[in-house]
Amino acid sequence: MLQALEGSQALARTVALCRPQVIAAYPITPQTHIVENLSRLVADGTLDCELVSVESEFSAASVALGAVAAGSRAYTASSSQGILLMAEVLYNIAGLRMPLVLTCANRAVSGPLSIWNDQQDSMAVRDAGWIQLYCADNQEAVDTTIQAFRIAEQCELPVMVCVDGFTLTHTLEVIDLPEQQQVDDFLPAFSFERRLDPANPISIGTLVSPDYFTEARQSHHQALENALQTIVDVQQEWGQLAERNCDALLNTSGPADARIGILTLGSIAGTLAAAMDRYTDNPATRLLTLRTFRPFPAAAIRQACQGLTDLVVLERALSPGSGGIVGAEVRAAFSEIQDAPRVHNFTVGLGGRDVPLEIYPHLHQAIRDGRGLPFAILDLEPDKLPEAAC
Amino acid sequence: MIEIRIHGRGGQGNVVAAYLLAIAAFEEDRYAQAFPNFGAERRGAPVTAFVRIADRPIRRRCQVREPAFLIIQDASLLHVPGITDGLQANGSILVNSSEDGDVLGAKLEHPVVALPASALAQEILGRPLPNTALLSAFLALTGLLPQSALIQALGQRFQGKVLENNRQLVEQAAAQVTAGAWQEDIHAASA
Repeated sequence: MLQALEGSQALARTVALCRPQVIAAYPITPQTHIVENLSRLVADGTLDCELVSVESEFSAASVALGAVAAGSRAYTASSSQGILLMAEVLYNIAGLRMPLVLTCANRAVSGPLSIWNDQQDSMAVRDAGWIQLYCADNQEAVDTTIQAFRIAEQCELPVMVCVDGFTLTHTLEVIDLPEQQQVDDFLPAFSFERRLDPANPISIGTLVSPDYFTEARQSHHQALENALQTIVDVQQEWGQLAERNCDALLNTSGPADARIGILTLGSIAGTLAAAMDRYTDNPATRLLTLRTFRPFPAAAIRQACQGLTDLVVLERALSPGSGGIVGAEVRAAFSEIQDAPRVHNFTVGLGGRDVPLEIYPHLHQAIRDGRGLPFAILDLEPDKLPEAAC
Repeated sequence: MIEIRIHGRGGQGNVVAAYLLAIAAFEEDRYAQAFPNFGAERRGAPVTAFVRIADRPIRRRCQVREPAFLIIQDASLLHVPGITDGLQANGSILVNSSEDGDVLGAKLEHPVVALPASALAQEILGRPLPNTALLSAFLALTGLLPQSALIQALGQRFQGKVLENNRQLVEQAAAQVTAGAWQEDIHAASA
């Protein structure tokens, strides 16, 4: 049913529709409203779930891990420093192949301290072995959260649903919230074969010697690669049920004969799409919105970029001393390809800097100037730099 | 698409005002988007929220830089430098103030309607919360949405006596401004 809802409220109600049995979370801006709304749903009896209040994100992730290990459908959410405080447990959750769903309300990482949006937090844990899905709007956040439980439980891998903090979490907009029956039909009750069960004791997370560690890592890597197909299948199934089309790995829009492409993640995509309609005197441009970042859909990206001479990778995170994170991976995906597009890489919108419509003509100018070869921060205001750095 | 910027002070319900307006638009089958310019809020500090209302899905997520209208919840904010930044050349301002709108308008170089929204709310609700009166006056001035849409939005938040008082406030505030005075501005902004 269509409703005007704040993103966080829609997310909380969506999580409730997925019938989690254990939720453990510690509040942090801008994730707070998600957890507040969930605890309200538990308190008023709408959601029958054990809500565990913990003293830190480390504990939140640990409780969620334990809950899944005991066979419960579990959920947690965090942002920024909270994600980093979880980092050790995030690796364990993934390495132990625990199907958990976590919402990352994307926020910059300190220091300097910033509470505002960028995607440094989820990018900082990209190698933890989680599936990472990035949402372009709140409708996608709702649909992706439901799919995340199915993907996680089918692949026995944790899924991080990345939702831009404030830009999505604190924005009220028109959202189609599915009916309980729809979700129940799509998402069967969680049944975990490897669960801790006193009647059938097993050990989880024991010491693994060099004899087997490599093979454990390979099987984890392989599981993530195999998850690509599951992500596609699950999206297709939910898309038919909800009557909404969205590509599982990356969404492509714009003219097929475009020679210039822009690849981005998250909520910037909407602003770019609106800008493409406003600034029509720029060269035809194909917009690629990457939804699945882990596993990395290299083949799908190569296919979506066919015919392009120039590709801009526009991202909201930075690897200091290297440059863009997604940009480097996209370049690697093209390394063996003849006639691959030139990859221009820009970071934009760090620490909540607004990304206005004008970003689009600026990007085209920056392509002509070659500023993004190999990398630049697009919306830098050089007069604010200390003199020595100019 | 109509773009509106709402200025207030922490504690006045700045975000709530933006959400109410967007929900009212949704009740009239429009697309709407409302969001705060989030900062490290504390009571009394200047805060800003944005609203977009359109007939089609709204894709952009940037801040509203060139609003067609300003709604100002606290008159003292009129003296804050930059308050009218980006306001369209023909853009209008609705302010919670007991001063004369024309006098304020001459200073700000934009049409200003002043409504003593806090005083009205104090009288009817018993608390000086300016949102309901300001939003009702805004809808009356622009004809953007019927007052019933605002009452529906309020009904999702309040019930019983509080809702009834708000309903009364909606009527009284609308009666204090010239209905349709900004109707042409709305047409220009959505063109």
